[in-house]
Amino acid sequence: MNNPPETSLQSEKALKRLRRRRAADTRFRMYGLAALGFALFSLVFLISAIAWKASGAVTYHVVKTDIVLTPERIAPDGNASPEEITRNIEGFYTLVRDDLFAHFPNAGDSLAVRQDFSALVDRLAVLPLARRVARHPSLIGQSVTVEVPVSDDVDLFLKRSSPRSIPFRIRAGAQINPGQGGGMVLAQPDLRSVRTTLTALGEQDGVPSVFVTSKGAVARLSDLGDEAATFELLAGDVADFESTPLKGLIVTVPESRRTISDLQIAWALALRSEGIIRRVPHTSLLTRTDSTYPELAGALAALVGSLLTMLVTGMVAIPMGIFAAIFLEEFAPKNRLTQLIEVNINNLAAVPSIVFGLLGATLLLGTFGLPRSAPLVGGLVLALLILPVVIIAARAALRAVPPSIRSGALAVGASRMQAVFHHVLPLAFPGMLTGAILGMARALGETAPLLLIGMVAFVAEVPSSTTDEATALPVLIYSWASNAERAWEPMTAAVIVILLALLVIMNVIVVMLRRKFERRW
Amino acid sequence: MDTTAQTDYNPALTGDGADKAQALVYPRIDCKDVSVFYSGKQAVFDVSLPVYDRSVTALIGPSGCGKSTFLRCLNRMNDTIDGAKVTGEIFMDGENINSPEVDPVLLRSRVGMVFQKPNPFPKSIYDNIAYGPRIHGLVEDRQELDAIVEKSLRRAGLWQEVKDRLAQPGTSLSGGQQQRLCIARAIAVRPEVILMDEPCSSLDPIATARIEELIDELRKRYCIVIVTHSMQQAARVSQRTAFFHLGHLVEMGDTDQIFTSPRERRTEDYITGRFG
Repeated sequence: MNNPPETSLQSEKALKRLRRRRAADTRFRMYGLAALGFALFSLVFLISAIAWKASGAVTYHVVKTDIVLTPERIAPDGNASPEEITRNIEGFYTLVRDDLFAHFPNAGDSLAVRQDFSALVDRLAVLPLARRVARHPSLIGQSVTVEVPVSDDVDLFLKRSSPRSIPFRIRAGAQINPGQGGGMVLAQPDLRSVRTTLTALGEQDGVPSVFVTSKGAVARLSDLGDEAATFELLAGDVADFESTPLKGLIVTVPESRRTISDLQIAWALALRSEGIIRRVPHTSLLTRTDSTYPELAGALAALVGSLLTMLVTGMVAIPMGIFAAIFLEEFAPKNRLTQLIEVNINNLAAVPSIVFGLLGATLLLGTFGLPRSAPLVGGLVLALLILPVVIIAARAALRAVPPSIRSGALAVGASRMQAVFHHVLPLAFPGMLTGAILGMARALGETAPLLLIGMVAFVAEVPSSTTDEATALPVLIYSWASNAERAWEPMTAAVIVILLALLVIMNVIVVMLRRKFERRW
Repeated sequence: MDTTAQTDYNPALTGDGADKAQALVYPRIDCKDVSVFYSGKQAVFDVSLPVYDRSVTALIGPSGCGKSTFLRCLNRMNDTIDGAKVTGEIFMDGENINSPEVDPVLLRSRVGMVFQKPNPFPKSIYDNIAYGPRIHGLVEDRQELDAIVEKSLRRAGLWQEVKDRLAQPGTSLSGGQQQRLCIARAIAVRPEVILMDEPCSSLDPIATARIEELIDELRKRYCIVIVTHSMQQAARVSQRTAFFHLGHLVEMGDTDQIFTSPRERRTEDYITGRFG
């Protein structure tokens, strides 16, 4: 018997071709997977980086204390009109500060110390309290609970984000002796870890500060010997240290190179351990308007401004785009003119957004004299910007409706109008809406055109109509991101998260609408 | 009855009452020198063709011979195509329906059409039928509409199959059922003429047989013009046949005559399968 003849299906050549083809298939699949993987990785990286940064702004530190609204402070001239009360921020501020300062009887009462202490809470932080009292003058003379945010430096320090600080513990066993000048000496403390850390940090521009705290008392390390460590008491009483173990904190940046002083750190730590400074959810991010102080700033004005702008954009761009698309697709004759219009619509979709901003600035502000910085103008400009996108999407949706539906309607005696509005439009509607909402999502994220029409202004009032001064979320991100203070970083990220959340909501709406209304044929 | 003039003879009437026959000797639709141009290119050349009531007229011919285009002249569907131009006269009840004064929308309510691919609206079975009567204001109330829907579905032979699921989408039916739904939809607006453009070309043989039965049934009430690719179908369902070739009407006559003794050589070649 001979070997079976080499069939064409199994010949060496055929198998080789097969191998090569399979290798090409695999290679192609790999390219696809690699591209997808890279895109996914970038997305996850971006989102988690923003979320990580924004997580710093989820909570913040406030001072919560009871104060008595003495009339002498609040209305020193005896004038208790709401305007005077609101203007007298200094009076409220002094009340709060003195209340807090009363916790540190040993601090001394020099002007320098008071000024140092004042930096714990910014003056403007009491403005909501002043407004509340102005609305309810009956509160004067009463005791009220106030909650004011601490200044951004203190907040960042307490969150251990800037300057960075490393916690440590001193186990029981160290003996505490009162030192000279109100200080204290720890005998035989186990401070090897502190020593190692300090050595590692080095001594550039000064020595890092080391604090120990217990209850309301805070002391700073002044000399670290082999047998004993000498501490200088900054806040509270030596007696408080009797209860060991003690908690410690190494602030890695020397005092001369940070904005928060050792004394302020001591006060903040003491107030925190007494429960006066506490960490609360940062809801003011959504309830307050812009401010020059990060701890007082919120995104409400920009959020409302963005929504008002979107309202105008949607009301202009969606009907206009859809009707233009219906006309062009269903009724317009196909001639040179409509072809020209079509080409230009496609070109408009590719025009950089800043050009639309220029158009808005010259035409809407210059020629028509509409108010600057208003959501009305912003909305109109953004409507122009997304109009081509809406038209193109709506036309694609109309084109996707099979012509047989139109013929069917016409054949039973429907007019062209009836065929379009009874049959074609309901089928094209989900697609049109998708395009419209995606266009809106693009408009929501636009910054450049809004900058040009002045919506970058500092807005401290929530806009109540489309002609009020307003700003928008992406512009707020832009202006906060260009601020120098570290505290703006998590705030900016938090606004980005809000913006992303809005975009996600819009996209979810798109998906849901499409699921609900999509009909197959 | 005048049997000498070929064009005035309606074979469907043999055996029917004489008075009715007398009234229907004259064509329901009479086309005179109809030509169609697509963007200047002529697709149909001077077609003159009578269509009789209560009978089926089949238009046959190879692809691209202009038979569908000609069919679409009869309800002015060519108006909806950009660049299409129809010349000539098409008389229906003595009125030239090709004249610009005639409203094509009104015309289409009298001349129904069924398409090659079943195209029910993506709505319920009920709404598919009810749409036409609704927009033409044929009904006063819901009961009347229900009656029209039932009657139309019965005439289309679909009632028994769908009477319990009128609220289901028309697109959920099978291909053959969808096509009968489309026929019911056309009937619902009480047309006088029904145009069918290859109504069975996307159906299987069983569904085709049902449609053919239905056409035979509908013939008793309507004037039907059907375009078909299948010569067997033309032979089965039609009383008269017109053969188109390259945009020209080559020959027309009684179906029996066309298929047994065509006068033209081209007709014979086509029906014997020598081309096409």
